Amino acid sequence: MGQTLVEKILSRKCGRYIGAGEIIIVGGLDCVFTHDASGPLVISRLNELGGGIGLDPSRVCVFIDHVVPSPSASISNDYKALKGFALEKGVRFHDQGCGVCHQLIAEYYASPGDIIIGSDSHTTMAGAFGAFATGMGASDVAIALKTGMTWLRVPESMRISVEGRLPKGVFSKDVILKIIGMIGAEGANYKSMEFHGSAIRRMNMEERMTITNMAVEAGAKCGLIPPDEETRKYLEERGRGDKYFKIEPDGDAIYSDEISIEASDLEPMIALPHNVDNVVPVEEVLGKRVDVVFFGSCTNGRMEDFKVIDKIIGGERIDRGVRAIATPASRNVYLQALKAGIIERLASAGVVITPPGCGLCIGVVGGIPADDEVVLSTANRNFLGRAGNPKAHIYLSSPATAAASALYGAITDPREAM
Amino acid sequence: MGSKGRAWKFGDNITTDHITPSRYMHLRSNLFELSKHAFEDIRPEFSSSVKPGDIIVAGRNFGAGSSREHAPIVIKTLGVSAVIAKSFARIFYRNAINIGLPPVICDTSTINDGDLVELDLQEGIVKNLSNKAEVKFKPLPEEIVRILSEGGIVNYVKKHGGLDKF
Ligand code: SF4
Repeated sequence: MGQTLVEKILSRKCGRYIGAGEIIIVGGLDCVFTHDASGPLVISRLNELGGGIGLDPSRVCVFIDHVVPSPSASISNDYKALKGFALEKGVRFHDQGCGVCHQLIAEYYASPGDIIIGSDSHTTMAGAFGAFATGMGASDVAIALKTGMTWLRVPESMRISVEGRLPKGVFSKDVILKIIGMIGAEGANYKSMEFHGSAIRRMNMEERMTITNMAVEAGAKCGLIPPDEETRKYLEERGRGDKYFKIEPDGDAIYSDEISIEASDLEPMIALPHNVDNVVPVEEVLGKRVDVVFFGSCTNGRMEDFKVIDKIIGGERIDRGVRAIATPASRNVYLQALKAGIIERLASAGVVITPPGCGLCIGVVGGIPADDEVVLSTANRNFLGRAGNPKAHIYLSSPATAAASALYGAITDPREAM
Repeated sequence: MGSKGRAWKFGDNITTDHITPSRYMHLRSNLFELSKHAFEDIRPEFSSSVKPGDIIVAGRNFGAGSSREHAPIVIKTLGVSAVIAKSFARIFYRNAINIGLPPVICDTSTINDGDLVELDLQEGIVKNLSNKAEVKFKPLPEEIVRILSEGGIVNYVKKHGGLDKF
């Protein structure tokens, strides 16, 4: 019987035919990671299990990314303990300022066919490489560290195909917002979302990552894109070309649902407070006053995004009523944007640049909005209380919509600013 | 396995940010303190009024969002004996089992806030003692009941020496 991409990846690892619905125990995990937010609990679970790591330490990463730089002694003490743990176990350690875990997983670790387990829900992002990547809680991650194994229920798959060319001003963020709006916050619960079609093939890796990153916002266990020449190019540019191989679903694979989208019909989309699936065309909220604009996060804090933002804002002064904050997703992105002159132009336009990390997406440090303020964010979640204040109203859009809105101080259609 | 307690009724799409607001992340190593902020943006009285044995009753997609295991942990820390919902977000469901908090999927529309509810996990039945309504659900799979009765997956792995006997 034909297999979906997730069935193919898991079969390859298990050395036998695997089908949806099966419960499997799988070893040979390629990467297991945790970060400052969940790491302390992972370590205490691991200690309950006796402490040791049963996995090659080069496959384990600890990231300090959620709250950086540390704003308090108690958080710094947690970081000190995490660093001590990483050094003691000899695992990979990415300290404050290196960037968001998912971005670093993309830059340094993810390859086709991998199994990646992270103690963070947006671990799905690495599915852009054709890797099975999923988020789990601290106990599961501790067990993966201890035993080198995890258990999984093999998910059914949803086949989503996006065909054609995206119109000017419409980006991969609009595609995924549109899909989440269509199927809802639990539209893909427990499933694998598999993305196909010429519009996806035309996207570079950074654009694809935005899509697989947000698969979890529809409840998916993983979001997968079959690896192709774009994947190879991305890996080669980072010295990992040898990791590339082709893995794709069979033509007669069985899907639980199929969705087709015509790219040329799409328009800029926006998620209204306080749910990610509360999606409407930007057109419906044009002119709404914006107080804070956030450019960043694992969803849209990459070089590709900064290029788009730069193209719209350039060195022009953003609206004086807006506080705009830009947080590169990693140090590499920061340096690239710096060399390209983008950081300088954004700073002179009045944008505050904060160090690589999660920044305002998680909202513990870095520009928490005041009561009743409207935040337009390029991140992936607008839940009540996200960005640090339950009295704020968070909207989610593409970097282009956010940039155009920062310029005019109100929600603006990016097609008018490009 | 079963329990009895007052229902705390919630709607659809309760997220991990409702359960454990991200802004309290600095309390993540102090679960007792963190639990004092559970649901504070939507039901500020929750943590101070909830009684041991009480049951959370919700709509669709309970626990959407983050993979933080802190979310089911604070609920359990406050003494809640089970969460009953029309559906759960995937990671929360798994985390709840892993830490020994039973997640039950069934129709919750006949249960109102404050009703006295009795839950029988083996039989797969929720009895609303306040209005005599009864709702049946598919009992949890045996593996899951075993993990719950051993107090969570970490205890389970400790006892059985790994995942193999799963
Ligand atoms: S940027 Fe936001 S969504 Fe991404 S890992 Fe950080 S907190 Fe989570």
